[in-house]
Amino acid sequence: MSGTLAELESIAGPGEIMEVSMGPHHPSTHGVFRMDVRLEGEKVVRLKPVFGYLHRNHEKIAEHGAYLSAIPYTDRLDYLCSMTNNWGYVLAVEKLAGIAVPERAEYIRVIAAELTRFQNHAGLVGFLLQDMGASGTPLMYAFREREKILDLFESLSGARMMCNYMRFGGLRVDCTTGWLDEVRQLTARLPRFVDEFENLLRGNEILMARTQGTGVLSHELAINAGVTGPMLRASGVNYDIRKVDKYGIYDRFDFRVPLGDHGDVYDRYMMRILEMRETLKILEQALRGIPEGPIIDPKVRLRGLRPKAGEAYGRIESPKGELGFFLISDGSTNPYRYRVRPPSMINLTILEDMCLGQNVADVVITLGSVDIVLGEVDR
Amino acid sequence: MSPLPTPEDFKAQIEAGVPGSVVTVIPNGSPSAQHSLLVDNDHARAVALFLRDHPDLRLDYCSLVTGVDWLDSETTEKVKVKKLVDGPDGSQQETEVEETRKTKRPGYLEAVYHLFSMDKKHGPVILRLRAANRTDQTNIPSLTPVWRSAEFQEREAFDLYGIVFDGHPDLRRILMWDGFVDFPMRKDYVPPADDPLAEVHP
Repeated sequence: MSGTLAELESIAGPGEIMEVSMGPHHPSTHGVFRMDVRLEGEKVVRLKPVFGYLHRNHEKIAEHGAYLSAIPYTDRLDYLCSMTNNWGYVLAVEKLAGIAVPERAEYIRVIAAELTRFQNHAGLVGFLLQDMGASGTPLMYAFREREKILDLFESLSGARMMCNYMRFGGLRVDCTTGWLDEVRQLTARLPRFVDEFENLLRGNEILMARTQGTGVLSHELAINAGVTGPMLRASGVNYDIRKVDKYGIYDRFDFRVPLGDHGDVYDRYMMRILEMRETLKILEQALRGIPEGPIIDPKVRLRGLRPKAGEAYGRIESPKGELGFFLISDGSTNPYRYRVRPPSMINLTILEDMCLGQNVADVVITLGSVDIVLGEVDR
Repeated sequence: MSPLPTPEDFKAQIEAGVPGSVVTVIPNGSPSAQHSLLVDNDHARAVALFLRDHPDLRLDYCSLVTGVDWLDSETTEKVKVKKLVDGPDGSQQETEVEETRKTKRPGYLEAVYHLFSMDKKHGPVILRLRAANRTDQTNIPSLTPVWRSAEFQEREAFDLYGIVFDGHPDLRRILMWDGFVDFPMRKDYVPPADDPLAEVHP
């Protein structure tokens, strides 16, 4: 909170503090993101994140349109995970208007969301290693598998990344049996990829030297600062909204919530690997249990939905943390207030606390382990 | 997940725990039934600390902070009123007359806090704080000293709505640039004309 130049120089000596503007276009900043860093030698003594370069007032755009028209915009929040963004939004609308979802749609939602989680975590680990200087190999391994998942999304929804797939009350289109078989085949192959990925990286000396003890986040601070998702669980707090809220049909699946001990970058990296394994367990169970039936309640008015005046907050466990949507309805066709709870942005709150006292080179990997997407931070 | 008290119990519990505080239950008409508690600004921080540290509630996690802009509004309702009317013979008679009444509600800015408990795994408990109006008295107390997660989100509400959070450690614009003057999320915000030639040929 403190750390004016004069204060810092009074401790370090005149002329000993160097100001560096990291960003907005360094490749490992994961987008257009800047950090104002003050350094004493190589040590970080102050760090302020600066963002908003991609701000387009997403919330205002959604307030100007009908409930249905906000769904494609949610794709563009966290553009790696459009399926979970869709789900978060439609869940909030379903709570606001009291809409029930057919069984088959719930299963397909789980399958789509868990595939999203898998490709997000794989991609994140690849990017994190890229930040650490392992140029290419781990990222390309991750992208090879991500490509297969994006192909599945394309045959399901018509788009690889901007899926625009879920609707309040269900889904836009049904999946075919052939598609489910393809997912089954892929799910059967993916554990081998996780093994290969983990063997490639886990015992790597450079990875351990760079990440263990770097960017430590205590669990008290993590809770108070509202950190969610794998980052929170790496600090040892058992809080997974799939388990806490049991939204959708997550109470039917048997899976565990991996927890970390130290809250450092290495734990955050391991958390992603372990969650990928749990995700595959959920996928297997969902593919076994998926019933036949309708995918959307035919009575739901997609166009011209007018929920009763009131408000609702719906949240899901997105790959990056708690993704929530807060809607206020005044009884008209547009939401009066539409608010996104962006996990990426709130997880950045404690970036300075994690980086203070670290070397400047570790700032980049600490940021990489937070897992931000600027489309969601800036909205 | 342990059950939470009803909004009315909450009101009683908070008013007993924080002497002098005034809590109003704001009912929510939607099927979500997420009712909220309006807290007076003078005791807001004490109430927040009470909710965070209460051994049964332990609302240690403030998930969402957001601003809402409520414009001046006028509601008209038709009311039947009994009035004395001069009858045809000169005597006064009591008859029922329908009257339209207009109630004006001045606009205000509001901050909404969604609280959960990571310890007890319950929630949400929704707090609302209201500023006096939308123009010159837009101050409400900041809850960042209680929940650090409010830091960026209160900055965002300041940036986009113009709510001034008293006691916030670092209240600056966060998404818009520093030289920006208006508050773009307000309901009466008029964006500048989208004409690239306007500056060249005014």
